[in-house]
Amino acid sequence: MTQVYLPRTLTELWSYLDGEPEAQVYAGGTDLLVKMRNRKLSAAPTLICMERLEELREVTENAAGIRIGAVVTHTKLLRHPLISRYLPVLDQALRTLGSPLIRNMGTIGGNICTASPAGDTLPPLYILQADVELHSRNAFRILPIREFITGPGETQLQKREIMTGIRVRKPERYNVHHFEKVGQRKSMACAVASMAAMLRLSPDGIIEAARLAWGSVGPTIVTDATLEDALLGKKLSRETLTDTAQRIKQIVTPIVDVRASADYRRTVSGNLLLRLLDAQPQNYGKLSE
Amino acid sequence: MTLYFTLNGKKTALDVAPGRRVIDVLREDCGLTGTKEGCGAGECGACTILVDGESRLSCLMLALQLSGREITTIEGMAVERPLHTLQDTFMQKGGVQCGFCTPGMIMSAAALLNRNPHPTRSDIRTGLSGNLCRCTGYQKIVDAVEATARREEEAT
Repeated sequence: MTQVYLPRTLTELWSYLDGEPEAQVYAGGTDLLVKMRNRKLSAAPTLICMERLEELREVTENAAGIRIGAVVTHTKLLRHPLISRYLPVLDQALRTLGSPLIRNMGTIGGNICTASPAGDTLPPLYILQADVELHSRNAFRILPIREFITGPGETQLQKREIMTGIRVRKPERYNVHHFEKVGQRKSMACAVASMAAMLRLSPDGIIEAARLAWGSVGPTIVTDATLEDALLGKKLSRETLTDTAQRIKQIVTPIVDVRASADYRRTVSGNLLLRLLDAQPQNYGKLSE
Repeated sequence: MTLYFTLNGKKTALDVAPGRRVIDVLREDCGLTGTKEGCGAGECGACTILVDGESRLSCLMLALQLSGREITTIEGMAVERPLHTLQDTFMQKGGVQCGFCTPGMIMSAAALLNRNPHPTRSDIRTGLSGNLCRCTGYQKIVDAVEATARREEEAT
């Protein structure tokens, strides 16, 4: 019979983990309980549910940026003024994640720890250069998200260690935030390909800064600093983007699965860039209260 | 173990294994078979219930997660009257065909109207986007939720 614990404080959680080092920790349950049902997890494990850890359910602002507790649900993020004001690219991605029901249950920490190449919050978090906080009873470390996620479903999370929060600096130098996901339908669709982008455009449309990330087209989120640098100083035009699209098609390494062919994913990765032609620069984060 | 929670307005103490799914507890232990299991994987919304007023999937919750919560199932919707307005408008507008998705649909609609009493059709579509219906084509379901909002407005 499955044993379940519902700790209310981290102190309680550590004592459960000490007693049951093999326990599976979960938050929303929207991935773990599905895997258990599909018998993709061996044995009936002990489960520790993080949903009542109030200390991990806050979104706060400090001088360094914004900290999101690991157990904050997607719905709470969508309703949070700090997210819509400073992190619109994340806000846009959250709108496409699952369904209202999944967003009411699933958490940002869960989306990161599941480490799916199709995780909808991941492309935004990569371009925001998010750091993740990892705690165990006696240790604390912070890793950039790109180091934390090591492969499809694989992370640096150790036994008896949990993710407690996500730290993001406010991306104030960017005046374009954009996320788009292509899936088989709007709701409950696993991304066939997705792209998150932040740009700084000068008043005459010159790209002064660019951050781009693609989801679902490689074992982890795809970014390429050389590709981003090549955009600097260029005008945001169809020609520039078509050229970049050709290059990204060579960089991504998509798989073939039930949802799409590798070729289609490669083509979509490039075409998603063209949408940036519609970008309307805005003063994110500087809007009046 | 004994779990304490509020079920459809009644304080409830239930002796149950903490690792059982909430949908099974509701249907088998509490006899509340209005909540349906479609996919069992969070894709269809047939098992939607309200937890502290917010819609959740009872197939992806374990019994222990009920503790201390206020749970509402389709059976708890109509209070001191035979039908909740949503149930009535679903009938009036033809939002029900085979009926399997209806309880979940109504719970999601109730959660939507709690937060947004005057939704646009697009808000309604988004609000119900986690609930699948294979009969109606959704149009009449959206009509029913729209009619509910209008009726509640007229009543106040």
